[in-house]
Amino acid sequence: MEKSNEMKLTIESRSSNEGFARVAVAAFVAQLDPTIEEINDIRTCVSEAVTNCIVHAYKETLGKIYITVTLSDSSLVTVKIRDKGCGIEDVKQAMEPLFTTGGSERAGLGFAVMESFSDKISVRSKLGQGTTVTIRKKIQQRVRYA
Amino acid sequence: MAVNIEGSNEILIAYLTGELDHHCAGEIRKRIDSAVNEYKPSLLVLDFSDVSFMDSSGIGLVMGRYKLIHSLGGTLHVVNVSEQAHKVMCLAGLENLATISKSEV
Repeated sequence: MEKSNEMKLTIESRSSNEGFARVAVAAFVAQLDPTIEEINDIRTCVSEAVTNCIVHAYKETLGKIYITVTLSDSSLVTVKIRDKGCGIEDVKQAMEPLFTTGGSERAGLGFAVMESFSDKISVRSKLGQGTTVTIRKKIQQRVRYA
Repeated sequence: MAVNIEGSNEILIAYLTGELDHHCAGEIRKRIDSAVNEYKPSLLVLDFSDVSFMDSSGIGLVMGRYKLIHSLGGTLHVVNVSEQAHKVMCLAGLENLATISKSEV
């Protein structure tokens, strides 16, 4: 895949950084001239993935979250969100809607939201080593008037 | 994120302001639950007029408040919801639990 632009961001797994991560990724993607809905979809996916790192991967501890955003010439946005936390024992189960280990106030819909709001997500995880969530979304080319 | 609560034992309205995510959901939940337990209203309204963003933490917030008000015999209305928040709520099927109305813009 051809690369046209990339940014990397490392944040600590503090919940106060959730909003910052959403805004930073959205600001970078803005150069592709997405619609409000497209940018909101990306913001929502980033929020879910970063929250998972904080609530699950680094539960009870503080660690680093590594975010890489790649924009291709064909307006494909790829957001990779990686942690070096506890890892997921059963990825398939974790991705099932309503499955949660986060208690009664967590809906268990984080992955369902990411799947629904992106074109494709993939999850790689190793117990004790960490998890990488990759979210892909194509920004539609719009007719531009000179 | 902030919440202003106006209430009586008939109707309790929680006006939410800002971005509703995991970072602030816990505090908002405590404030609303304490008011609900104090007034025991027959109708709880969550007003999303000034909510600029919501992720699945908001689903947990709405579902949890539904369970609480339902256990007290009351009903839940979620009003003035943006397109973005509406999309998240519908994914969770929240329209089956509460009356949800979109913002008029």
